[in-house]
Amino acid sequence: MASPGVLVRPALKGVALLYLTFLLVIPVALIFYRTFENGIQPVIDGLTDPATVHAFQITAVVAFWAVVANTIFGVTTAILLVRHDFRGKRVLNALIDLPLAVSPVIVGLALILVYGSTTGIGQTLSGIGVKVIFSIPGMVMATIFVCIPLVVRAVAPVLEEIGNDQEQAAATLGAGPVQTFLRITLPSIRGALAYGVVLALARSLGEYGAVAVVSGRLVGRTQTVTLLVQERYLNFDQETAYACALLLVVTAVLALIVSRLLAPKEITR
Amino acid sequence: MAGAGVSLLPRATPAPPAAPPWRPLHGRGQAIGLGFVVLYLSLIVLIPLAAVVAKGQENGFSGFWNAVTTPEAASTLKLTIGASFVVALINAVMGTLIAWVLVRERVPGRAVLDSLIDLPFALPTIVAGLALLTVYGAQSPVGLDIAYTRLAVVVALLFVTLPFVVRTVQPVLLELDTEMEQAAASLGAGPATIFFRIVLPNIVPAIAAGTALSFARAMSEFGSTVLISGNLPFQTQVASVHIFNQLEGDNLTGAAAVSTVLLVVSLVVLVALDLLQRWAARRG
Repeated sequence: MASPGVLVRPALKGVALLYLTFLLVIPVALIFYRTFENGIQPVIDGLTDPATVHAFQITAVVAFWAVVANTIFGVTTAILLVRHDFRGKRVLNALIDLPLAVSPVIVGLALILVYGSTTGIGQTLSGIGVKVIFSIPGMVMATIFVCIPLVVRAVAPVLEEIGNDQEQAAATLGAGPVQTFLRITLPSIRGALAYGVVLALARSLGEYGAVAVVSGRLVGRTQTVTLLVQERYLNFDQETAYACALLLVVTAVLALIVSRLLAPKEITR
Repeated sequence: MAGAGVSLLPRATPAPPAAPPWRPLHGRGQAIGLGFVVLYLSLIVLIPLAAVVAKGQENGFSGFWNAVTTPEAASTLKLTIGASFVVALINAVMGTLIAWVLVRERVPGRAVLDSLIDLPFALPTIVAGLALLTVYGAQSPVGLDIAYTRLAVVVALLFVTLPFVVRTVQPVLLELDTEMEQAAASLGAGPATIFFRIVLPNIVPAIAAGTALSFARAMSEFGSTVLISGNLPFQTQVASVHIFNQLEGDNLTGAAAVSTVLLVVSLVVLVALDLLQRWAARRG
């Protein structure tokens, strides 16, 4: 088998590994290095800065509401798509993935065009004291938009797989729809739901573009952690920028690990 | 390592049972659920996106056309489409190669490497940009400063789109039986022949799907390019950054017009992908 082609496979393997190393491994590893370049004190200072703490709070609030809303929406939609037949089902199914193809900036623009202060809806809402754009509700909506497919696509395959024998049995024994859902359906999709929630949470915590547009990037008011990273980097406070970036990297890695553990077998091939 | 008993023929798995006539929630329950879902999607996705398209057409088609053909808009669209095309092609090759290495080659620490592939999806895009700038910017430890060039735009897009082709091709390669390859080898086919005549035809639909997805994602990317591209008009400003700047400058109509172009391109790519997948599924 000593053909000249014998070196091709190791060479190709080397190319693939080098590509991953230079595109992925070194850049992410260097964030660690740059963060701790000057010891741990600047990192602690950066992370305990009041502006940073505030950004963490804003991020947590926005991510929390976006995940709660998308969880309710995701489970409802998955049940509708898997267990029900209705007109427009294929359209609904296609619409769920639409947000993945929309630029985050367009998401922000779209929400401003409908809920901004110059629109009829925006003025009506501000009349009753609700400010959407440049405020938390708009940021929640933008985050919801970008995360819409995650819970649906995590739950639907499992719902499909488990079938509805048990749900039927429960119904014949006299359980109502709510009881059936809480005692039969929910426990059996628990793992998949947790998986979808972790994905949505990670995405929510890390959203940048859509939130950048909708929040108005008001420092100390609507600044999230990702926005803080950019603002600090551009304002030559690289230590805080790197410290927060590192924290986001760690969060992403944790989310990856947890989602791997939770991933239902219907999804992991 | 022959996949035990996995047939290459279309698998005779029974078709999924048709939706049973009985439903756990019918009538009012379904109506409430459907109403909620439609309202939710309308308020957050559909009406806002429709507003973008409407705003772009505010001054009629000629107004739209003028807005997307200003020198700056035209150059940003050209750059974005061109860069996305290059990125999609590189992904088609490198993604397939990486999937191959993960499935078929012995690599130390393969499980870790395999998990790493998803990192670009999990990492916030601004952090991705910062990471790339750290290595390939002015303070590059390896002396490789490509910041504020078109190459930097391509690298940023390659980073965020890395998983698409790998993750669409990998499961197909895993399912692929090696018996045919062994048969071809025993008949004297070289590795190249085996790859191009046997493996490749089986994974082409998956490669195409992953490539289309990475193209659509590259077209719409914003965060990762913000720091490393420098956002120089006529040079490194991608469409999303252009839209962002128009928005900041209160030119909503211009922003909406360029957005419409992006939305249409993405939509065309996704519809083409859907048709392709249906065709591939029919072909078996």
